[in-house]
Amino acid sequence: MLIGTLVYGFVNSAILALVAMGFNLTFGISGVANFAYGAVYIFSGFFAWILLNSAGLPYIVCVIGAIVGAGILGILMYYTVILRVKGIALSEVMATFGLGLAIMELFRYFDFVGFRYTLPIFFDGSLSMGEVYIDYQRLIIALIAIALTTFLYFFTRYTKIGLAFRAIAQDERTALTFGIESDRIGALSMAFGSALAAVAAIVILPLGTIAVEGGYEVLINALAVCIVGGLGSTVGILVASVLIGYAQTFTANYLEPHWMILVSLIAIAVILTIKPSGLFGKQKELEERV
Amino acid sequence: MEKRKERIDRGIKARSEDIFALSSYREMLYLLVPRAIPVVGLLFLAPFLSPYWREIFISTSVYALLAISWDLLISAGLVSLGQSLFYGIGSYVAGSLNHYYSLPPILTIPIATVAGGIICTIVLLPVLRLRGIYFAMVTLVVPLMFSRLVEATRILGGTEGLTGLTPFPSPWVSLYVIEIAVLVTLFGFRRLMGSDWGLIVKGINDNDRSVMSAGLNIHWYKAQVVFLGASVGCFAGAFGTHLDMFAGMPGFALDYSIMPIAAAVVGGAGSFAGPLLGAFILVPLSEILRSLGALRIVFYGMFLVIFVVGLPEGIFRFLQRKYHQFERWVEVS
Repeated sequence: MLIGTLVYGFVNSAILALVAMGFNLTFGISGVANFAYGAVYIFSGFFAWILLNSAGLPYIVCVIGAIVGAGILGILMYYTVILRVKGIALSEVMATFGLGLAIMELFRYFDFVGFRYTLPIFFDGSLSMGEVYIDYQRLIIALIAIALTTFLYFFTRYTKIGLAFRAIAQDERTALTFGIESDRIGALSMAFGSALAAVAAIVILPLGTIAVEGGYEVLINALAVCIVGGLGSTVGILVASVLIGYAQTFTANYLEPHWMILVSLIAIAVILTIKPSGLFGKQKELEERV
Repeated sequence: MEKRKERIDRGIKARSEDIFALSSYREMLYLLVPRAIPVVGLLFLAPFLSPYWREIFISTSVYALLAISWDLLISAGLVSLGQSLFYGIGSYVAGSLNHYYSLPPILTIPIATVAGGIICTIVLLPVLRLRGIYFAMVTLVVPLMFSRLVEATRILGGTEGLTGLTPFPSPWVSLYVIEIAVLVTLFGFRRLMGSDWGLIVKGINDNDRSVMSAGLNIHWYKAQVVFLGASVGCFAGAFGTHLDMFAGMPGFALDYSIMPIAAAVVGGAGSFAGPLLGAFILVPLSEILRSLGALRIVFYGMFLVIFVVGLPEGIFRFLQRKYHQFERWVEVS
């Protein structure tokens, strides 16, 4: 029982980390809180489904298509909407929120509701570890979460775009003097954030059905993890997702599954009262805290 | 030959801004007419409407209250993405008082207004120490959490909600209760924002550090703003509960969050009259478009984006400019 809880808690943490990573990336680099994040997640799920079932493409093509599609959607959103209100935090929030709502409810309008909207799992079967059985899909989620974190770590340290990302995040003006265009990097950060949402969608969605409500859930989970971990801090995201992930799994197993949803709220409330900038949000502490 | 548009305040505006307003009927009317429009419209228009549209008039006013409450919060730089929190809390407080203690609406609504305001303020208190998007994030999360809590614990009627609550004695009572509430809130808040207190609130929005350095406790002021905004929202919720004779999870639904924001942004944030105008444009419009179903929320979302990006000042400020200024094309030399 305990080992099972530990294993499933780890998978749950990996899911939370995957979901929060894209939101955090965009915010960390360009300072845009993308409230359309849940919509992008749902969009990539449905897009992959359409490519797979209506266009009949092989699954691997659908996966790549969904990731690229989400990236393009991110760039489009950046240039059409976000760029025009960039820097006005409140307008950014409202504009992306409205955009996300429009996208998600559009799917509802076109009747994308029901059990037939599922993505196939990668490999069938499950693995037994002692007395614990875990299916391959959950294992893959954990592996991909780890792989993506490692990839992002090296990407932001050893590639030109990655270094430009970090430069813009640290000091936009100084980065400009080095010839790094902040608008282009902003658009790229939206593209990357959206593509990460698509990756999360493709790996996580096979566990259930693709539903519009899932978009809201993803946004809320991402927000909870980011607030607890500290916005813009990758280490914070990982720690926070492990904390919340295990807290949720333990509540579900030892108390009642109903109480699971309250864990995030309590975590947010406690963190905001004790350390408002989040566990690892040191860099932004002075700015955010008044 | 290039031309540019020149905008000049009308003479009557400059004159009537001062004590001269009392000097002539023309100037008094100039000041009075714009303020009389909402009063006359809200109080005397309803008898001419069909019963169906009268009901829509009432629900429009409920949304208008939520939008005005949103506008008060934004005056202090707090973006609320969860007006449904206020509506839901108000509706549950009034509903449970009526259901379990069988108090009449005349008691439940005032109690829900004040107690709901206090509950919402306490819930949002941890976030008030932060600026920027944190408040928006938490207000988005909280109403959903509350509705899940009700669903999970099955308290307060669970998914079924509380039904069979006391209705208003007659449709006219409900109509005039809500219209008078809207007018009191509208003019009360406008007055409040013109006072010293309002100046401090606006100061917190513009530059919180300098307000702090003036020796004012901005958290206390923000808490006051949230309490006032939440009370108005809770009043709307308590009223809506008795109107529908039902309190339940739909009170926390997204409709009550997105509609007021869209109304306030379309009408023009920061003036209180703008959100009212926006609500009276959007809600009847959505009623006409009722057959579109879920597409309505898509429209609100798009309205929100278009107005935030394209016309951030909103319709009300646009009209206000036309009223106070005349425009002409002059040559650029």
